[in-house]
Amino acid sequence: MSASVELVALEGVTCGYGSEAVLVDVDVAVAKREFVGIVGPSGAGKTTVLRVIAGSMPPAHGRVRRRAGLRVAYVPQIETINWSFPVTVQECVLMARVSSRRLPWASRVERVAVSEVLARLGIEELRERHIRELSGGQQQRVFIARALLGEPELLLMDEPTSGVDVRLRHEVLHLLDDLNARGLAIVLMTHDLNGIATHLPRLVCLNRRVIATGSPAEVLSPEVLERTYGASMQVLEHGGMPVVVDTFEHRHEHLPGVPEGSAA
Amino acid sequence: MIDGLLAPFEFEFFRNGLAVATLAGGLCGLIGVYVVLKGMSYIGHGLSHAIFGGFAASALLGVNFLLGAGAWGVASALMINAVTRRRVIGSDAAIGVITTASFALGLALFAFFGGAGANFDAALFGSILGVGTEDVVAIAAVSLLAGTLIFLRYRALLFTTFDPEVADASGVNTARMDALLMLVLAGSILATMQVLGVTLIAAALVIPATVARMLTNSFSRMLWMAATIGVVCGFVGMNLSYHLDVQSGPTIVLVAATMFAAVFMVTGATGRRRTAALARRGVAPAWAD
Repeated sequence: MSASVELVALEGVTCGYGSEAVLVDVDVAVAKREFVGIVGPSGAGKTTVLRVIAGSMPPAHGRVRRRAGLRVAYVPQIETINWSFPVTVQECVLMARVSSRRLPWASRVERVAVSEVLARLGIEELRERHIRELSGGQQQRVFIARALLGEPELLLMDEPTSGVDVRLRHEVLHLLDDLNARGLAIVLMTHDLNGIATHLPRLVCLNRRVIATGSPAEVLSPEVLERTYGASMQVLEHGGMPVVVDTFEHRHEHLPGVPEGSAA
Repeated sequence: MIDGLLAPFEFEFFRNGLAVATLAGGLCGLIGVYVVLKGMSYIGHGLSHAIFGGFAASALLGVNFLLGAGAWGVASALMINAVTRRRVIGSDAAIGVITTASFALGLALFAFFGGAGANFDAALFGSILGVGTEDVVAIAAVSLLAGTLIFLRYRALLFTTFDPEVADASGVNTARMDALLMLVLAGSILATMQVLGVTLIAAALVIPATVARMLTNSFSRMLWMAATIGVVCGFVGMNLSYHLDVQSGPTIVLVAATMFAAVFMVTGATGRRRTAALARRGVAPAWAD
């Protein structure tokens, strides 16, 4: 990584909302063509890291070094999208060209660019469809298409597989892997340790602070996971890959008013 | 029959009123698209009441109504925008607090210093009797300005309305876009208050946009459809107002409501599904994680 070209680096970044610090003294660097996953529990500051990388949230302390002219695109969680908003696939994707043209309608060059990016993602025939009339995988592709239309060097993704089934998770992961192989640097945040995180080349374990960073084999250890999630986990190995298992201890506590042995 | 329909066009006040109502309908229809999609339907109602406070203050201080009420409306709009953007309280609460306080102040000023009468009723319910050429020019200017701003900032306004967090991360100055929209909205309400009255402006903002949403899934089509529906409602409502001898504001709103009911029935389940989630707008931003 030291020999690679750095796109963005957070150095000792502390920031938050109001007086509460969400990130404390965070160091994260992303190099060209890297594929980094940020994992951590809810409230760990994963989205805030993306926001700082994107430049839409300034740090209270520390600094952010960003390569001059770096093009960053952000793909939100599809669960946060207002699916009733009246936009067709083409209108949605064209939002990426917000600054390139004053006129409301798309130029011929823009229409060609939209067609190309939609064709690349296999959804060109859906361009006139409303965004709600698509399957989960197609919806995810629309927002990736919007990001790609801006020709980014760094793609930020917020929980790309949140609330999706196994088939769609594989579909999204293969798509991102393909984009990364073509040279796009990707940073995604996920809570899905086995489905996503273990398949990525590099992970950052975050819980307000960076707990560990490295390959899945290096960082997915019971000790790091307990420090990150505050819960006991075991790490097994399957086919050369780590598999994280919750260590759920059954505690038989007597509930007030419920007789012992009864099904409460 | 044709003679009867054309009879009111002999009167200058009617021609002026018709021009203002038609332009007001189109203007409110256009701005209403953003208002409805941002889940701020209540703002038309609230802001028109807030401007009423300025109207009362202007009447008592003897300053120009457009300047006094306009400044009051813009200040209220910017306050709502500032409070809403802090995300501590929702837009509905911000609108409720600021605009009802302003309205109450207007009522108190009238109660203390008098002044209730023709102007008071006209401000509340709209009247075409006082519409002069200067009102036609004013609303034409506001319509032209609003249309130009929306045309030139179409992409940024769409992005900000649909996906403010990503728009912000993509370099769009969403705070400026929200403020711009609020200023246009305040100007539009101010310009249309004479015809529609403060109590009915909300309907002129919300109904055409809602009808258009039932008819299309495309944002660009929704914009021109809502403006066209507003124009039709203004024109038809104003003519009916004369022939039925009912105030202009209620008649225009009733025409719009009839159109809503007709489209609601014709589009059936499809239209209802499109508009059902408008009320559920306000998806929680994920940034707070």
